[in-house]
Amino acid sequence: MTWLWANLGLVWQLTLDHVALSVPPIILGFLLALPLGWLANRHQPSRGVLLSIGGVLYAIPSLPLFVMMPLILGTKILDPINVVVALSIYALALMVRVASDALAAVDTDVIASSTAIGYSDWSRFWRVELPLAGPVLLAGLRVVSVSTVSLVSVGAIVGVDSVGFLFLNGFQRAFPEEILIGIIASVLIAFVFDVVLVLAGRVLMPWAPVLRSREHPRGLMTEKTVIGQ
Amino acid sequence: MNQLFATFAWLLDPAHYAGPDAIQVRVGEQVEYTLLTLLLASIIALPAGLAIGHTGRGRTLGVQIPAVLRALPTLGLVILLALMVGLGLLAPLIALVILAIPPILAGAYSGLESVDRETVDAARALGMTGWQVLWKVEIPLSLSLITGGLRSAALQAVATWTIAAILPLGGLGRYIFDALPVQDYPKMLAGSMLVIALALVTDALFALLQKVVTPPGVRAGRASLVRAKTTHSHARAALFRHASFIRNER
Repeated sequence: MTWLWANLGLVWQLTLDHVALSVPPIILGFLLALPLGWLANRHQPSRGVLLSIGGVLYAIPSLPLFVMMPLILGTKILDPINVVVALSIYALALMVRVASDALAAVDTDVIASSTAIGYSDWSRFWRVELPLAGPVLLAGLRVVSVSTVSLVSVGAIVGVDSVGFLFLNGFQRAFPEEILIGIIASVLIAFVFDVVLVLAGRVLMPWAPVLRSREHPRGLMTEKTVIGQ
Repeated sequence: MNQLFATFAWLLDPAHYAGPDAIQVRVGEQVEYTLLTLLLASIIALPAGLAIGHTGRGRTLGVQIPAVLRALPTLGLVILLALMVGLGLLAPLIALVILAIPPILAGAYSGLESVDRETVDAARALGMTGWQVLWKVEIPLSLSLITGGLRSAALQAVATWTIAAILPLGGLGRYIFDALPVQDYPKMLAGSMLVIALALVTDALFALLQKVVTPPGVRAGRASLVRAKTTHSHARAALFRHASFIRNER
């Protein structure tokens, strides 16, 4: 623990760096996934194409993708943009599927009724479909948030500082305590993000039931949305 | 562009197909590590997942443990174990097996849960014992999802063994970590491309396997599902299944 007190400034700075690298991909992934998820449901062929591209992108390992980014973006290898863009790609790949499932799950009777009482396509999307898809979107966003936070530390290998720096530094110095502190910091960041998302969900969707993994009735899962299809 | 040419030149250089650092040797090591990880994780996770799915007991644990594991940064876990257990294959193997358990477990129990209750009841009504229901009804009907779990675990293993090459190990990550300190960018890119290619081939092979093991009747049923039939609870169920598969770190 003495190491932590002596290096509190460093750990705090790395934590802030970690947060700064994690937030943009989560937000970008979410915002870009909404129109793409909508598009995926609009036409049958676009759904197959978009979800397939998402599946392939999601299969790419992180470290190689970080290494490839400078070639694709024309940036320097140490540029934090590489990590942010790569993680946004993962977030988007995952959220497109979630957004398309969430929007598809809105009851067609509800959509028909809102059209009947005079909603335009545009206002129906914002005032009916999006709110009703909200709880599922939130659940997907929580998964994206946790996995993004834990992936950021891999960026330390290509020189982009985050709490992942503590892993590499602790390894060089053969100092397990530093690594343990890094792991705890990373898990705490993920936890705080999760709490923020849940609270945001309560504020934005006070009517929504708390989404629990136990609400998962048996026999309801013969759905074609099999992972990775 | 020059970098790209240099990378392809590196990949085509005959010198990189000979000796202990040859491309085919590194690919072989990566595949070997991945298969070993899958095998050990399956020995633990498949029976546990089938038990949870068949009996419906221990489900909460089966959902919560993966959720907690997902928050753990793999890089830190691999290095910490290496410092505690010692260098060599054992430390990263332990870390990777732990991380491969959740997707396989989730694939197995959600696979069994996806089997229509009426089908299971019908099998029981025909006089099948618990074991017969499991082997002749539940497992065949859920093979696609079970394979899906293995697919996620395999992709995760390919990716994480690359990161684990920060330790003195073989595998394709070796190229990246050897090239990093000397700024040999073409070699790093070549290593990265090889890992990506291996991951995509792995993904495609498992996708194919998923299609092959799906019984024809189940395939026909899936095709008839249309958008209008998707309900909110369907989407949620699909999402949770999806979420439980998501790899910790790639």
